[in-house]
Amino acid sequence: MTHRPSVASPPHPLTPSPPHPQDPAWVRWSLTIVAVLALTVLVIVPVASVFAGAFADGAGAYWRTLTADPDTRAAVLLTLTVAPAAVLCNLVFGLAAAWAIARFRFPGRTVLVTLIDLPFAVSPVVAGLMMVLLFGMKGYFGPWLRDHGFQLLFSVPGLILATMFVTLPFVARELIPLMEALGPDEEFAAVSLGANPWQLFWRVTLPNIKWGLLYGVILCNARAMGEFGAVYVVGGRIAGETNTMPLQVEMLFSSFNTAGAFAVASVLTLLGLVSLAAKTWVEGKKTNHRVTEDTEGRNIEQTTDRVQDRRSGLC
Amino acid sequence: MSITARNVSKRFGAFAALDGVSVEAPTGSLVALLGPSGSGKTTLLRIIAGLEVPDAGTVQYLADDITRRSARERNVGFVFQHYALFRHMTVFENVAFGLRVRKWPEKKVRERVSELLHLVRLEEKANSYPAALSGGQRQRIALVRALAPQPKVLLLDEPFGALDAKVRSELRGWLRRFHDEFGVTSIFVTHDQEEAFEVADKIVVMNHGRIEQDGTPAEVFEHPANAFVMDFLGNVNVFQAQLKDGRVLLGDVEVPVGRGTLIHPDGTGRADVYVRPHELDLQRTADGGNCLRAKVVHVNPAGSVVKVRVVAEDFGLMLNVDLTPEKYRGLALKISDAIFVSPKSAKIFEPDYTI
Repeated sequence: MTHRPSVASPPHPLTPSPPHPQDPAWVRWSLTIVAVLALTVLVIVPVASVFAGAFADGAGAYWRTLTADPDTRAAVLLTLTVAPAAVLCNLVFGLAAAWAIARFRFPGRTVLVTLIDLPFAVSPVVAGLMMVLLFGMKGYFGPWLRDHGFQLLFSVPGLILATMFVTLPFVARELIPLMEALGPDEEFAAVSLGANPWQLFWRVTLPNIKWGLLYGVILCNARAMGEFGAVYVVGGRIAGETNTMPLQVEMLFSSFNTAGAFAVASVLTLLGLVSLAAKTWVEGKKTNHRVTEDTEGRNIEQTTDRVQDRRSGLC
Repeated sequence: MSITARNVSKRFGAFAALDGVSVEAPTGSLVALLGPSGSGKTTLLRIIAGLEVPDAGTVQYLADDITRRSARERNVGFVFQHYALFRHMTVFENVAFGLRVRKWPEKKVRERVSELLHLVRLEEKANSYPAALSGGQRQRIALVRALAPQPKVLLLDEPFGALDAKVRSELRGWLRRFHDEFGVTSIFVTHDQEEAFEVADKIVVMNHGRIEQDGTPAEVFEHPANAFVMDFLGNVNVFQAQLKDGRVLLGDVEVPVGRGTLIHPDGTGRADVYVRPHELDLQRTADGGNCLRAKVVHVNPAGSVVKVRVVAEDFGLMLNVDLTPEKYRGLALKISDAIFVSPKSAKIFEPDYTI
């Protein structure tokens, strides 16, 4: 990319100038040290210690700890079932809600926008209690559900429901501003060109929002896998049945099985790191997408430059 | 295919966007809906396209009532002010979209798209994305995309509104040629009277959700139906004059309001007079009689007409006068020169009319 010196550049545009020449060196250094220290103490050391703890007795012991206990195996499997199921439901809900909110004006729209955020505001434990209140044996719907052969509490569907509640906002929150910024014109154009609703969604809407959608899904999934409070209450902590990985970690830890707790925790951490990597990658895609395409009219030449720059850079 | 909208009304909450509007676009014509923002012109266009549903009234293509038919079934081409190109598709795929959703065979799609891209001389951009095109190029692609599925009707919503002046005037001429070549009945929305005059066969002037006047460009410009149309279609001087014995007087000066104008005093004996800047004449002397004494306060000689501003101090009246460059040179005007202004023609409208 060509470097365009700005008006305020020093006389030698090729030498990189300090971003804030007015800040003295000691300020920059002390701020940097504080940030690095905090990051080290709060993030790097704990994450490293999880893996250190997990591998304290060697890789063989680690693997045995993870696989020998059927409850631990069940917990990993359960998390890998509950999280995707909840994410899938929230994907559908998020798309529907974002579409409705970004494209239509209807009574109760602002209420809906506010309600979507409610799960962020309510403690997950309270969310779990609400589920118990609704679906428990003494709850409003519990007896009816039991009579019809369903049991939500202490079962996988209940865990999915609780996780869904807690992670409800992620996809919708990501999509609403994106769809509002995109505007309805491309969709109108597609309709006037003869597209049916199905074609409209798959060929026009989805390609435009796919990176934002994926971003929301990754965040939603990360949160779903880590959920503790709501599933603690709803699932009832039945080892091997309703214990997800975070619950299993806590259970192992409180029964003094430190090695087991660290092993499961390391798997959970690893999943988190994978999510983080995926998130970072998608974030890059998402911003590139916007840079090239949001510029309209007057900025076209500049945009064209940039696009070509990037293409040649990629070759 | 002719388009007829009858008694169309549309409200958005308490706001009446359209109030019993009727418009007709004869087969093969190019009609301009002209009006200030908020006049309802875009709403009318969207109702004709099927992107909006009217509260009352009907829309017909030929004799078919299509009021309740979806946009998808209407087979209209629609061009948006901000192009609305599909940003994730190449230029080729954008133009092909309307054909692909209609399941045209691949071979015919390729032929049709190539033909259209050739027509707008953008074949070499076939594999580019919209972001890599200039505004004018984007709008040309948007236009052929709309025309690709061979629509019976072409609707354009401020198609040149987002472009700069030079590109805009190029595209105007180009749209007119395109229209003459294809003969697709077209309606376009604009707030730029120059654009409407240059391109359209027929102009519909709208304001506050109603139609003020329709007719050919010459008709509406030369015989504006009311003060709004007069004012909207170009610069105009407005002042109050006395109505007396069937004559319109400004002091001693008679204002020629043309034959057949009804002059009925409304009790006050006054009326607003509308004079276009080119309908005023300037002279060095009062030889001709029937003229106002004035002083030159500003001269703008840039352009094909020279714009002069004078003040008639006797009446506290500021007037804009357009002169030909020849006339201007002949007069050798300078600021503060005394000058005489005579009206060549003027208009008055029903006195109760308010803009």
